[in-house]
Amino acid sequence: MSGAGGSSRAGSGRAGPGRAGPGRAGRSGTATDRLQRLLALVPYVVSREVVGLAETAAAFGVTESELVDDLNMLWCVELRSPDPYCPIDLSYEGGEIMVSQAESMDRPLRLGTDEASALLIGLRMLAELPGPQDQPALRRTIAKLEAAAGEAAAASAQVAVHMDGRAPADVQAQVAEAMRQGRRLHLSYYVPGRDEATERDVDPMRLLLLEGRSYLEAWCRSAEAVRLFRLDRVLGLTVLDVPAEVPKEAKQVDVDSGLFRPSASDVKVELELARAGRWVADYYPCDQVTDLGDGRLKVVLRTPDTGWVRRLALRLGEDGKVTAPADLVREIEDEATAALAQYT
Amino acid sequence: MSKQKTERLLGLVVCLLSARRYLTAGQVRDAVPGYPETFDAFKRMFERDKDELRELGIPLETGVGADDEIGYRISRQAYELPEIRLEPDEAAVLGLAARVWRRAELAGAAAGALLKLRAAGIDAEETTQPGIEPRLQTDEAAFAPLWQAVRDRRPVAFGYQAAGRATPQGRNLEPWGVVNRHGRWYVAGFDRDKAEERVFRLSRIDGPVTFTGPPGSVAVPAGTDVRNLVQAWDGAPPPVRTAVLRVRQGAGYGLRRRAISDQPGQDGWDLVEAPFSEAGWYADYIASFGADVVVIEPVDLREAVIRHLKGALT
Repeated sequence: MSGAGGSSRAGSGRAGPGRAGPGRAGRSGTATDRLQRLLALVPYVVSREVVGLAETAAAFGVTESELVDDLNMLWCVELRSPDPYCPIDLSYEGGEIMVSQAESMDRPLRLGTDEASALLIGLRMLAELPGPQDQPALRRTIAKLEAAAGEAAAASAQVAVHMDGRAPADVQAQVAEAMRQGRRLHLSYYVPGRDEATERDVDPMRLLLLEGRSYLEAWCRSAEAVRLFRLDRVLGLTVLDVPAEVPKEAKQVDVDSGLFRPSASDVKVELELARAGRWVADYYPCDQVTDLGDGRLKVVLRTPDTGWVRRLALRLGEDGKVTAPADLVREIEDEATAALAQYT
Repeated sequence: MSKQKTERLLGLVVCLLSARRYLTAGQVRDAVPGYPETFDAFKRMFERDKDELRELGIPLETGVGADDEIGYRISRQAYELPEIRLEPDEAAVLGLAARVWRRAELAGAAAGALLKLRAAGIDAEETTQPGIEPRLQTDEAAFAPLWQAVRDRRPVAFGYQAAGRATPQGRNLEPWGVVNRHGRWYVAGFDRDKAEERVFRLSRIDGPVTFTGPPGSVAVPAGTDVRNLVQAWDGAPPPVRTAVLRVRQGAGYGLRRRAISDQPGQDGWDLVEAPFSEAGWYADYIASFGADVVVIEPVDLREAVIRHLKGALT
C-alpha cells in the first residue's frame, strides 16, 4: 500500500485519512514494538480529542512521517467476516489528528509487571529522600499507580532501594531551598582523601541521586570548575544572600557514564590484595584485576589524588599493599612508621 | 515482512477485542487479513501470533467457540488500563521516576509504562524537573535474571565468589527480593543448601544465573521484609564501646563527626571520645588516619592499632 489513497480498505471509495505517507514501515523497532505503539496511539488521540501531528510524534519518539505511516495503518485495519468493516476511522487533515471511530481500542493496554514495577520502584526511591516538597505528590502518585496497575504492582514490593540516609535532612532541605531560590551556598565540606574540612562558595546546578547517595552538582568558585559534593560530607552550610551565577562554560556531569572517569593526568596505582582485602576490588572502580592465585588479587586503579590511596593502604595493613608508584609506597611506609612512633 | 506482520497482529487484536463470543481459529482466519491459505501454515502462524500477544501482556482468553471448538477472545475488562487521573505535580514526579532507569535494566519498561499512561490522557513528561537527576544503575549482569526470578517466583542457581574465598561456589536460592542498598544490589532469599535465609551481593555472582524451577514455585514467607534482611546483613553492628583518642588539631574530621566529646588540648592535640562496636574493624579505621590519631584506651584497641600498623610495614 502506498499511503491511504491506494488502500484496499473495505467500503472503498471513502477518502483517505489525510496526506499520503511515504509508504514505508516505521523504522523504529520490531513488529511488536510497533504494535504496542499503534495500540497506544488510538487512546492517546481519543483522550485528547484533537492533537497535533508534531506533538504526537514527539510523545511517541517517532518522526512525523513514521507517525503518518502508523495512522495510515490504523485507518486501513479491516475485518472481513462475518461482514467486512473498518473498525477505526481517523483523520489527520491540516496536521491535527482526530479519531472518529475507535471501536474497542479507545483505552490503552494495562501495565505489565515490568512496567508497573519500573515506575513504582522509581517513585519509592524518590520517596526515600528527606526533601519534603514532593512527598505528598509521591504518596498520591504511588497510591494511584498501584490502584491502576492492580496485580502487576505486586512484584515491585519485592524490590527495595535504600538510599544512604546519613545526609542530614536539614542539609538536603537547605540545598533544595537554595536551588529553588537560585542562591549561592557556602559549604564546609569534608574531603576524606586528605582528611580535611574545606570552605568554599558554590553555585548549585543539580541534585544528583547516584549509586545510592545524594550529591550536589555545583560550580565551585574556588576550583572554578563543576564539582560534585556528597551531601553526607557537608559539615555545614549557609544559604548566602547572593544569587547563584553558574557560568556558561559549566558543563553538567554526564551521570550515565559513571561518576569515576579516569583522566590522562591520573596517577596509576597498583595494589596487591590478600584474601581479606579483596573487597577493595568491589568497592573501587579498577582498571585491571588479576588473580594471583591463593585468593590474592592484583588491582590497578587510577586516581587524581593519591591521598585516599595512602589512607586506604593504612586501613588495609597486611591485607593489601601498594606496590607502585614507588614514591607512594615510601610515603605509606613513612606514615605508618610515624604513626607507630606515637605508641612508644 | 515486519509491516505485514504488524498489520496482521493489529487486525488480530482488534478482532478479538471486538468479539462478543469466543472465536474459533477458522473464524479468526476468515476475519483477519494476512494469514496463509493452507490450514497448517495458518495454524503455525496463528500459534506464534498468540504467543507474541501474550508476551506483550495482552490477556488472550480461551473458551468454547462455535461447534464446541476451542475459541479465543480478549476481554476488554482484562485488557484495559483502569481509569487513572494525575494532578500536574503527580505527573511531574512520575516523569522523574521514569528517569531513574535511564540506561538501566528497566529503562524500556519505564518508557513503555509512560507511553501507556500518556495514552490514558496523562501528560507525563520525562523532563519536568531539571534540578534533580535520579539514577539507579544495574551494571551487574545478574540483575536481569534475578529480577525475572523474583517477579516470576522461580528458584535459581549461580556461582558466588564470597569475600575471602579463592574460588566461586555454586548456590541454590529461592529468591525473595532484590534490594539496592547504598548503590549496591543484593538478593535475599532462602538458601536451599544451607537451609536458611541468606543475602548475596550481585557483583560477586560469577557467571550465569539459571532458573531451576517453574514460575510460581517459590513461596515468599508472609511478612518477609527483604529490605530489613539486607540491612541486617550489611549494616554495621551498633556501637557499644567508647574509645579515648588523641587527635591532631585540624585532622580526623571523619572521626570527630561521630564523637561523643571533643575537647581542645594545649599541645596541638585534642582529646576525642568516640563510640565503636568492634576493636578489629575500628583499629583498621583508626590506622587510616596515620600519625594524626593515637589511641589512649581501651588497651585492646590500642594493641590492635599497633599490630595493624606493623602489618602495614611488613
